Amino acid sequence: MTDIAPENMGDGTTVTRLRHHSPERRARTAKRFAAERRFKYLGLSAVLLAAAFLVLLLWTVVGNALPAFTAHYVKVPLDLTTEKLTKENAADFNYRKIVRAGFGGLFPDVKKRREKRSLNKLVSSGAAIAARWEVSDNLDWVGTKAEVLLPLSDTADLYFKDLLGDLSRPESERTISDKEIAWLKELDEQGRIERTWNTIFFSNGASRESEMAGIWGAVVGSFLTLIVTLALSFPVGVAGAIYLEEFAPKNRLTDLIEVNINNLAAVPSIVFGLLGLGIFINGVDFGWFTLGGGSPRSAALTGGMVLALMTLPTMIIASRAAIKSVPPSIREAALGVGASKIQTVFHHVLPLAMPGVLTGSIIGMARALGETAPLLMIGMVAFIVDIPGSLSDPATVLPVQIYMWADFPEIGFQQKTAAATLILLGFLVLMNGLAVVLRSKFERRW
Amino acid sequence: MPSTALFVLLVFSLIAFFAARSKAFAVAGDHIGELHSRPIYHGAYTTLTILVPGIIFWLLWNFIATRWISASISSQFSETLSSLTLPQQEGFIRDVMTLASGGVATFVDETKITAAQMVAEIRSRQLWIGGSILAALSVVCCWFAYTRITLKMRARHRVEQLIRIMLIVCSVVAILTTLGIVFSLIFESVRFFGRVSFLDFLFGLHWSPQSAFEGAGSEAISADNSKVFGAIPLFAGTLLITFIAMCVAAPVGLMSAIYLSDYASQGFRRIAKPVLEVLAGVPTVVYGFFAALTVAPAIRGWGESIGLDVSSESALAAGLVMGIMIIPFVSSLSDDVINAVPQSLRDGSAGLGATKSETIRKVVLPAALPGIVSAMLLAVSRAVGETMIVVMAAGLAANLTINPLEAVTTVTVQIVTLLVGDQEFDSAKTLAAFALGLILFFITLALNIVALRVVQKYREQYD
Repeated sequence: MTDIAPENMGDGTTVTRLRHHSPERRARTAKRFAAERRFKYLGLSAVLLAAAFLVLLLWTVVGNALPAFTAHYVKVPLDLTTEKLTKENAADFNYRKIVRAGFGGLFPDVKKRREKRSLNKLVSSGAAIAARWEVSDNLDWVGTKAEVLLPLSDTADLYFKDLLGDLSRPESERTISDKEIAWLKELDEQGRIERTWNTIFFSNGASRESEMAGIWGAVVGSFLTLIVTLALSFPVGVAGAIYLEEFAPKNRLTDLIEVNINNLAAVPSIVFGLLGLGIFINGVDFGWFTLGGGSPRSAALTGGMVLALMTLPTMIIASRAAIKSVPPSIREAALGVGASKIQTVFHHVLPLAMPGVLTGSIIGMARALGETAPLLMIGMVAFIVDIPGSLSDPATVLPVQIYMWADFPEIGFQQKTAAATLILLGFLVLMNGLAVVLRSKFERRW
Repeated sequence: MPSTALFVLLVFSLIAFFAARSKAFAVAGDHIGELHSRPIYHGAYTTLTILVPGIIFWLLWNFIATRWISASISSQFSETLSSLTLPQQEGFIRDVMTLASGGVATFVDETKITAAQMVAEIRSRQLWIGGSILAALSVVCCWFAYTRITLKMRARHRVEQLIRIMLIVCSVVAILTTLGIVFSLIFESVRFFGRVSFLDFLFGLHWSPQSAFEGAGSEAISADNSKVFGAIPLFAGTLLITFIAMCVAAPVGLMSAIYLSDYASQGFRRIAKPVLEVLAGVPTVVYGFFAALTVAPAIRGWGESIGLDVSSESALAAGLVMGIMIIPFVSSLSDDVINAVPQSLRDGSAGLGATKSETIRKVVLPAALPGIVSAMLLAVSRAVGETMIVVMAAGLAANLTINPLEAVTTVTVQIVTLLVGDQEFDSAKTLAAFALGLILFFITLALNIVALRVVQKYREQYD
């Protein structure tokens, strides 16, 4: 045996021992084991690194988002006794002067024009609109003097949230002056400042003023877009999957379709945007006739069509997997009692495959919800204040809103961006959670 | 309204469904078993006999109608049109159409208003004629199907035939989509290469579309735009960012796949896998926000603290975050590949006394190499086509550099910048975006085809 070698111990005796126990061998083994451990920890640290990235990402988003969910309001005494204001015109009256007078009345000492102007900047420039909402909700205030909660400007709001950075810096380096701080402190001492849930953020459309900007328009836009996407890609995807899985003969056309679907699934999403712009909106002009064209720009309809084409491959692949998992015995049993092929598929196979199909569609929809690039191509990036009411109205969607807000330099918008991101992530978690529940509840092992 | 006509058609066919079904019941009487097809199929047959020709006719009719309108505009207003240049003619027709549907056009004059009135008149006439033909067609089809309801009528076979055809049509949509992509990209690219030479575009070193000559027609062709549409800086920038991303994603993704498949306990895997899935599910715009808000300033601060000049939109930040985005992609693909290596290879290696890591490095990875390579290729194609991260975190400046601390720009960023905002659709700038899109499409397509081939070959080896 080669492992066993006689060894001279130096004192004339020879001892036979295993090579495995030689010091060199032991050192080698130790080295190999150390390498083994190193490799293992390298793998572990790779996983932990990925997890750390996720934590950092979520922490950044949540940390920035939380302040945006609340806002500071100031209680302003409004003199609604003016004759021009009646219960009938309360919903379109211009409250600017009333708000100015009411807020200015809180600081009777401020007389100079310049000071007055900087004082007025403490309330949001949308305060007049907020006052209109409040008064038209409480019509019995008309003709009385009412205390109304109005939004502060973003600077004042950020001051109370302590987000303006180091306030001990010299005045010229801050966005807020000493005088403004003094006024705000005074308001706070009078108990006129209230921090409440930021309803404006959840009910408004886009705005140039960060304190008046809301997410609702984008949420509605996303919803409309997804409805179109679902209505187009779900039936077409499921029908395509049924054909490929149950009816398609093994021929070149089928092969071509399959290769096509796999490649489409990997085409960059921005290319689908170019398709939407080139064909749906502009149309390809062949001289004697134009292919496509005429779809409305910036509309949920066009966006939904583009996203439908994008999610179609995912939809088909997921539906095929679900249909494939239904065992052939089901089909044979149905055919055996005299059902036609179509009846077998629609009465037996498809209902059994439905949980899987729905799970796949929800995941596809979640991806469509988070998609931005193709929608930029078809003009959904426009600045849209109104909340879209129909499929052909100009609309924007949540991820595009995030992209637009992320470009604005104000700190207030940075938090709005994070808050919008958090809401988008919330919707995604909801959809994926639904898919998981659906899978665990209806999944059948045959 | 064209859609109203379709709605009326739908309602009519629904009524016909119930009528035909009850007629089938009546025909069968007490001997329902002698009916070849169940009554519901007779109903469906009648509905489809009305709907299919009706919808096809209506689509054709709309197509003819638009041709009719543009033909009558060009014959009635040939004098006005011939005095205008081609883009002006298009603008004229667009304005007339907007006016006719009650919209507001930018420049309104007498001719446009008369033309719009004429268009509105023709439209109402068309709706009237088309509507009556549609109604007549539907009634004839309905009568045709309804009178044929007998005991022996094979309604089910006919309905099923039609369903099969519809299934085929749905699966062909995938091919049509690809054709649509290729058509729209090639069509606009050819127009672009009519103005800028293909070689200048592909090998030019200078990219500044802002200084391109704006305009259309013959002047645009003679204008020298070749110098400003050199795409090499974009390709270089894309490669640089992709390279950085792969430097992050390849080792981390591969190592975590190895750890999760060969080392991790059940419990650890149950937590770690969803974490990676969540990382994969985060929308790219969120990564972009993360890159712009946290990573880029952090890298800048770190660079300045050791005395480096870091651009605020460095390639490093964009590449790093893109790498994070691709980690789960690499790891799940590698996981599949590593798991596909037969257990017998591992057992054989362990039987010879190799440690686990030696088995992985010397046996599993070499066996899985083709699959891993193709996983990396797919990841590269993902990185090349990724848009939002680079739009938000990489710059617009087309620098030709390999310094990761400088700002570079990528193909996708330029497509977005060229197309977002109000642009004349015919300008060289917007057409350039389509040319870039064409190149992007073919690069990712090639990467995917190669990768899928490699995977297929490799799978066959062990099956």
